[in-house]
Amino acid sequence: MTRQVPEPLLGLNGLSIAFGGLRAVQDVSLDVMPGTLTALIGPNGAGKTTLFALMSGFLQPDSGSVRFNGADITGRAPHLNARAGMTRTFQIVQPFAAQTVRENIAVGAHLHEPRRASALAAAEAVAQRVGLAPQLDKPAADLTVAGRKRLELARALATKPKLLLLDEVLAGLNPQEIAEMIPVVRSIADSGVTVLMIEHVMQAVMNLASHVWVLAQGQLIASGTPGEVTSDPQVIEAYLGPGAAARLQGAHLQGARLQGDGA
Amino acid sequence: MLEFGILFPSVLNGLTTGAVYALIALGLTLIYGVLHIINFAHGASLMVALYAVYLLKQHLGIDPYLALPIVVPGMFALGYGLQRYIINRASHGRDENILLVTLGISIVLENLALMFFKSDTRSIETPYTLTTVAIGPAMISLPKLVAFAGALVTSALLLWVVTRTDLGRAIRAVAKEKHGAKLMGIDVDHVYAMCFGIGLACLGAAACFLLPAYYVNPQVGSGFVLVAFTIVVLGGMGSFVGALVGGLLIGVVESVGGLFLGESLGQIGIFVIFITVLLFRPQGLFGAKA
Amino acid sequence: MKRDLAAIVLFTAVVLGVTATADSGVVLTFVMMTLYATLMAQAWNMLGGYGGQFSFGHALFFGTGAYVQAMAQLNLGLNAWLALALAVVVAAGVGLFVGALTFRYGLKGSYFALVTLAFAEVFRIIAVSVGFTGGGVGLMLPLQESFANLQFSSRRGYIMLVLGFVVAALGVTAWLRHSRFGAQLQAVRDNEDAARAIGVDPWRVKLGAITLSGGFMGAAGAFYVQVFQYIDPSIAFGPHTSVEALVAAIVGGMGTLWGPVLGALVLHLLADLTRNLFGQLPGLNMVIYGTVLVVIVMFLPRGLSGVGRSVRDAWRGRK
Repeated sequence: MTRQVPEPLLGLNGLSIAFGGLRAVQDVSLDVMPGTLTALIGPNGAGKTTLFALMSGFLQPDSGSVRFNGADITGRAPHLNARAGMTRTFQIVQPFAAQTVRENIAVGAHLHEPRRASALAAAEAVAQRVGLAPQLDKPAADLTVAGRKRLELARALATKPKLLLLDEVLAGLNPQEIAEMIPVVRSIADSGVTVLMIEHVMQAVMNLASHVWVLAQGQLIASGTPGEVTSDPQVIEAYLGPGAAARLQGAHLQGARLQGDGA
Repeated sequence: MLEFGILFPSVLNGLTTGAVYALIALGLTLIYGVLHIINFAHGASLMVALYAVYLLKQHLGIDPYLALPIVVPGMFALGYGLQRYIINRASHGRDENILLVTLGISIVLENLALMFFKSDTRSIETPYTLTTVAIGPAMISLPKLVAFAGALVTSALLLWVVTRTDLGRAIRAVAKEKHGAKLMGIDVDHVYAMCFGIGLACLGAAACFLLPAYYVNPQVGSGFVLVAFTIVVLGGMGSFVGALVGGLLIGVVESVGGLFLGESLGQIGIFVIFITVLLFRPQGLFGAKA
Repeated sequence: MKRDLAAIVLFTAVVLGVTATADSGVVLTFVMMTLYATLMAQAWNMLGGYGGQFSFGHALFFGTGAYVQAMAQLNLGLNAWLALALAVVVAAGVGLFVGALTFRYGLKGSYFALVTLAFAEVFRIIAVSVGFTGGGVGLMLPLQESFANLQFSSRRGYIMLVLGFVVAALGVTAWLRHSRFGAQLQAVRDNEDAARAIGVDPWRVKLGAITLSGGFMGAAGAFYVQVFQYIDPSIAFGPHTSVEALVAAIVGGMGTLWGPVLGALVLHLLADLTRNLFGQLPGLNMVIYGTVLVVIVMFLPRGLSGVGRSVRDAWRGRK
């Protein structure tokens, strides 16, 4: 029986970009498999959002390539990528402030719905999915941070994406709001959308992601399950500084020794 | 037509005009570089300054060059007031609003002048208006030479203020990082208003140098606005060197262009440069890439 | 959409009613000139209010329409109605050209405003310098009143003509409020990057907006020529026309259906009032327009119709 090796939905190969002297992204390669919920983590300034911009076409890489759904889309315009099924959200939310929640989402729905009435109806359905239904007729400018994050998500969802790039969709939310958002993200993934999220909230990453990539100073330093990655000394050092892994290991051993004495 | 005897005076004339253009553009560049606003009222403000110089001569007999200590501080005050009390209040955080407000101010100024002075073109007469100086085969009018020297001196002064004084340091701090500057205790609103004031003060100086060799009417401002913008865009938004070089360059282009195409069509050359630069090299010759 | 269309029908009925019953030439002239100003404001509003691209040189399209209207009749011997169609198409074409050039290179905000100003100036200078446009003297249309010639003996005929265009402009604006194109255009206005991320092509929608806007503005220019039988470079491409269009739209309320109508009405009333009080002072009109612009931007950035909306929202009680 021949086993078919699944094609990655998104493939980055040797992606690099530098701004002046700053090498924001250096030689990053990774594959996102269809139907997965994966995460991209790393300390602030690691280049995660820049990587998203490179993937979705907002930035042109200096070198390397991006393949999506079997085609080379390196540097292709974002709106064309959205039409092909790759939609991204923004770390700093960007609502269409002058319009209502319904109208906001409808713009996303219009990608596939030419008629106004059906786009508005689709917007309503998406709003239900993310829990924005009670605020459909509110001006987007009136939403709280949590509401705006949901709006960002809803608008992207309305484009019926194959791949959803979520940039820190949980940033700025309190624990209650985070707890409410996590199932929403999971249900999106369960419905067949491939999701790649940039996230700082580790609880969400551990909870949701099946695979994690770690970016630090523009380079990919680890790739694996959440458990593997969070115990990787290199990753620990990237977040906590050089020597931290050893110190943690030392503290761990000391703790074990103390426990052994107490036994 | 390419004969040296005709080209050389044209180029010289272009340089003298260009120096004054540069001074006008410097004010605009300062305002843009620090406040990041495109001051549509720049041309109309120049017109106001020109009328001020004119009136001082006609009714008080004050020679334009001697009017510098009156007009320059006066224009400074006007600029400070406009920015602090009108433009500042209108922005509501949106760039487009500032655009509209400066447009509105320019319309008001221009048409107030039209109401009070009618559309007549006026010029002044001084004992040296018609004096010329020989430079090689060229006969350059003395007022133009004084304008050239005056513009360069004023520009140097401006550069000195921006680079060597405390105010200059504050201005550069605000231009680079507004919030950081605020946290350091710099009164950003005051700095903004100072910048605008200095920008208009440059116009005051330019007017004093310009009027003896030129004229004034209510529309003169709009004539200068687009030229000033072309220079700033060509030289690079926010670049002083760019404004200087751009000014001289445009002055020469206008003069030589007028030689070949006649005055009206020669002007088109400037606008074509403007549009082309904006489209293909918006950072200009010396500006930072956006 | 139905509500907007009903409102447009009501508006048309009211204007027709006033036109039919009014006897005085003053009233008819007022209606005609206000509708004319409305047309220009609506045109500007399509690009500025709904597209978010502020044009400071809208006279570019006005003058194009005006000169085409004049030259098509004088130089090409075309029928006035055909000339009108041509004027609109050419003006829209100029919009397409300028838009394609400027938006392709990503010009927006202040830079876009400046470029439109520069283009208007270039056209003005060309109109002054070139022979077949009549140079600085301009062009005059010979008086030949007839329906076929689009010249009417009474203001009523002209009112019908401009009303037709205004209704069309209102219809297009209503369409912008309830269509996919309009939704995409406003998305680009509100946040271009977010719009791109969800599949909107900013270049194409802006191009559509400037073409529509240019076409309607060109209609206004052609209308001017038929009414006044005269055009010259400074009327055609000068700042007065550009300013009138944008101030009316902003004062009334950008990005709304009725804002331009309201703005045109208010500005005209103001202009007439000052003319009655102070006489025909050159420049006074513009001083008022400029002052109103500054005041509105400072205190009522959503324009006069924004006041109505704020009152309505307060009445409903914002949740």
